[in-house]
Amino acid sequence: MEGSLNMVGIGLAAIGPGVGIGLIFAAYINGVARQPEARSVLQGIAILGFALAEAMFVIGIGLAFALGG
Amino acid sequence: MSTTALAGSVLASVSTQEGFHAPGPADFEFPPIFTIGAFEFTKPMLVIVLGTLFIGGLFYAVSRNFALVPGKLQFAAESGYNFVRNGIVPDTIGREGYRFVPYLATLFFFLAVMNVSGIIPILQFPATSRIAIPLFLAIISWVIFNYVGIRRQGFGGYFKNMMFPPGVPKAIYPLLAPLEFLSTVIIRPFTLTLRLTMNMFAGHLVLLLTILGGEYLLFEMQGVVGFAAGSMSILFGIVLTFFEGFIQLLQAYVFTLLSAIYIGGALTHEH
Repeated sequence: MEGSLNMVGIGLAAIGPGVGIGLIFAAYINGVARQPEARSVLQGIAILGFALAEAMFVIGIGLAFALGG
Repeated sequence: MSTTALAGSVLASVSTQEGFHAPGPADFEFPPIFTIGAFEFTKPMLVIVLGTLFIGGLFYAVSRNFALVPGKLQFAAESGYNFVRNGIVPDTIGREGYRFVPYLATLFFFLAVMNVSGIIPILQFPATSRIAIPLFLAIISWVIFNYVGIRRQGFGGYFKNMMFPPGVPKAIYPLLAPLEFLSTVIIRPFTLTLRLTMNMFAGHLVLLLTILGGEYLLFEMQGVVGFAAGSMSILFGIVLTFFEGFIQLLQAYVFTLLSAIYIGGALTHEH
C-alpha cells in the first residue's frame, strides 16, 4: 500500500471540522426554523463559524502538501 | 475553452512523460515572463498587476461623475462598497468603525479580485495562493488592531484587559493569561494568513487535478474507461470551478470580517 503519512494526516484532520461544521449549520437551521425573520442575521454568523472551523482542515491540507507530500 | 487552453499548455509536458504528472506544490512556481537584471516578472505578479489595475480603473471610472440616480456600473460598485460599510462594519465595530471603512473596503475588493483570478480564463491563478499577499495583509490588520487597542486603552491597559478579563475567578488567571496573549497577539495573524492561503492553494490544486487529470484520461488513455472517467472528471472540474468561485468570495469576506472583529474587539474591550 503506497502513500504517505501526510495523507493519513489529512484524513484525520477532516474529522474535527466535519463535526464542527455540522454542528454550526445544525444550529443555523434550528435558528431559522424557530424564527425565519432572523435568517439574514444568523447567516453572517453561520458563515463566519464555517470559515473558522474549516480553517483547521484547510491548513492541514496545505501543510500536508507543502511539507513534502 | 479554458480547459483546452490549459490542456494545450501542458500537453507537451504530459505526453513526454510516462504516466500522469500529478499536480503538486511545484505547479505554483512559474518561470519568469521577462527578467530585468535580477528581477523576474512571473505570472503571479502579472495577476496582481492586472487585478490592481482593474480595481483602480473600475472605481476611478465610477467616481468620475457621481449621479444621484446611479447607472448600472455605479450601482454595482456602490453595492459592493455598501456591503462593507453597512454590512460588515456596524455589526462588528459600531459607530466609530467608519474611519476603518477605507481599509476594510480596499481589503475586501483586493482579496476578492485576487482570489477570483483563480477561475478567470487565461489567468487561472489565484494570486493569494502564494503566502506573500495574505501574510502582509494579515500583518497590516494585526498592526492596526494592536495599535488601535493600545491607543485606546494605553499600553498596560490593553494587555491587562486582554489577559486578565474581569468577571473571571482569579484562580485560572495563570492558565488564562498566557493563552489569551498567545491567541490574540501571536496566533491571529497566523490563522488569518494560513486560512486564506491554504484555501486558495487547496482549491487551485483540486481544479488542476480534475481538469488536467480529465484531460489526461480523455486523450492519453485508450478505451472506453479513459473516455468515461475523463469526461466525468472534466464535468466535475466545471462544477468545482463554480464551487471554488463561491469559496473565493467567501474567504475574502471572512478575512475582512475577522479583521473588523479584531479591530472592534480592540476598541471596545474596556469594561
